[in-house]
Amino acid sequence: MAADPSRADIPSIAERARPIAAGAPISGVHFLDRTAVFVLGEEALLFVDHAQARRVPVHAGAILAAASDGARVVTGGDDGKVVATGADGDSAPVASDARRRWIDHVAARADGTLAWSAGKQAFARTAKGEERVWEAPSTVGGLAFAPKGLRLAVGHYNGATLWFPNAADTAPEFLEWKGSHLDVTFSPDGRFLVTAMQEPTLHGWRLSDRRHLRMSGYAAKVRAMSWSAGGKWLATSGAGQLVLWPFQGKDGPMGKAPRLLAPSGKRVVTVACHPGQDVVAAGYEDGLVLLVRVDDGAEVLAKRPGAAPVSALAWSAEGSVLAYGTEDGEAAIIDLGGGREQ
Amino acid sequence: MSDKVPVTVLTGYLGAGKTTLLNRILSEPHGQKYAVIVNEFGEIGIDNELVVGAEEEVFEMNNGCVCCTVRGDLIRIIDGLMRRKGRFDAIIVETTGLADPAPVAQTFFMDDAVGRKTKLDAVVAVIDAMWVKDRLKDAPEAKNQIAFADVILINKTDLVSEADLREIEARIRGINPYARLHRSERANVPLHEVLRRNAFDLERILDLEPAFLEGGDPHDHAHDASPHEHAGLSHYHDEDMQSLALRTDKPLDPDKFLPWMRDLVAKEGPSILRLKGIVAFKDDPERFVLQGVHMILDGDHQRPWKEGERRESRLVFIGRNLPEDNIRQGFEACVA
Repeated sequence: MAADPSRADIPSIAERARPIAAGAPISGVHFLDRTAVFVLGEEALLFVDHAQARRVPVHAGAILAAASDGARVVTGGDDGKVVATGADGDSAPVASDARRRWIDHVAARADGTLAWSAGKQAFARTAKGEERVWEAPSTVGGLAFAPKGLRLAVGHYNGATLWFPNAADTAPEFLEWKGSHLDVTFSPDGRFLVTAMQEPTLHGWRLSDRRHLRMSGYAAKVRAMSWSAGGKWLATSGAGQLVLWPFQGKDGPMGKAPRLLAPSGKRVVTVACHPGQDVVAAGYEDGLVLLVRVDDGAEVLAKRPGAAPVSALAWSAEGSVLAYGTEDGEAAIIDLGGGREQ
Repeated sequence: MSDKVPVTVLTGYLGAGKTTLLNRILSEPHGQKYAVIVNEFGEIGIDNELVVGAEEEVFEMNNGCVCCTVRGDLIRIIDGLMRRKGRFDAIIVETTGLADPAPVAQTFFMDDAVGRKTKLDAVVAVIDAMWVKDRLKDAPEAKNQIAFADVILINKTDLVSEADLREIEARIRGINPYARLHRSERANVPLHEVLRRNAFDLERILDLEPAFLEGGDPHDHAHDASPHEHAGLSHYHDEDMQSLALRTDKPLDPDKFLPWMRDLVAKEGPSILRLKGIVAFKDDPERFVLQGVHMILDGDHQRPWKEGERRESRLVFIGRNLPEDNIRQGFEACVA
């Protein structure tokens, strides 16, 4: 694949983008059905559907974390609050930290269970409203629900822990690996847990036998991870190209090299895999967004480079709409119509 | 590049006056807004939504080097604060009395997200004039903080005699001859002497002359440089913390110097708290400047040598049990 950094000759859907006047830096985007919900740096969510953009205030300060279960967007703020906002834009407080500590991380599960963390404490609340707390050995670096069973993975210093909030008599399982573990993610089949570390590397465990997976070679800390349809690939940021680790076989990426696509002089900072096809949207630090086909590396331009790094990328659940946002508040929606990419 | 938010790190033993200084910074009308990361909530008397409590968490990096440590709490908090960028002009990090300043400083060089959005401005140590001599005996942290500092505030000077003050200054100079020294009561130093110092800016590496001559006169502590004062100072040599200054008029060979530096910090990094240098390379029209914290080195060409400027290479180290002869010989071997 010729690596033309200007991407002058590749097919483009950039001109089909419908720009959104966000008016504020964007830190993430989630889809609730076909409504794109942009997470602003401070205070509000921006709901964008066919007709209009609507600002929904959710926090009294910075929004530090956001997650979605497809029905709600859950946010954590520096006001110490956890807020859940539904597709209609109605938001409801979920929790309020007694000491008004920052809510650093949130996670949402399709059955309505929510999790969040403040400092070393990880909290889980079931759909029935039962709240549990677990004290991590150090500040929580990231949270993720397992795809099956009520298990919450907590990333922290020197490892990650699997916590079972509903089983008080089941001891949390500690997975050890030296260093500071931040974001955590389960493979969609639940066989692997992967963490992004403070160092420019990923670590993983095969949960059946706790064998280690080491995924290194990055130029920068990995801030974004996304599983491709069916969990065949783990797409990641952190390098001057899109890095995809193969998880097809029973050993995952053990002893295998990653697939490297869409090279650029700039780093990939955001990734979002298409929900149905092996296509990845990759956002770069110079504002470029490319759609990259995993099979052959073919690229489609979705956004030309701009003034700021791409900070938000998401596909609608059925894969026909792509939303992106940048650190300086540039945002748009691209309707691909019927799920075709090109 | 210059839109990076400057960060001032405040160190000092418990009770030395960090909180007094912080309260002054937050309450005086200087037109600047500060976000403050404090280690003990509630001590700050100012109601400010940008005051954030931190629990110090030092993380070792997985690169086999014990001195490559960062402050995980700072990475997390700065990342969160930067979502409110535009609501403050600068950040102040208060550390606990027992804190090692190195992981704080290293965070700005080792974390790319922090380094992209903020820059370390200076490390300021607040020293209690009444107790510093005791602390130098019983608290290695206190010595570390002095050795590491760019600016040192000798506070509570009203509680000790002038003779005591001179001895304190001499002891501090014995550990760190390069920091700016100020005397204060109730932390009443002009704030511009503490904030926006650019001490970690490669563009501003100028202060490589030992500052023995400052601080002679209690009534003009900022810029007293009368040479006769020097004679009145006794020299102290700290038994385990030293500074080392090297200089040469002979141009250096970059192909020898740079590998030597890298090798030196890789081997001796744990002993080196701070290093700074200005280097004249052979046939190079530009000054090369560098600075380091333990194993981290940052260096770049700064500017062309000026007409008539003395092309001299200077390197200063502050560290613990520095292998002085070894460093000297290595430096001399870099002559082109």
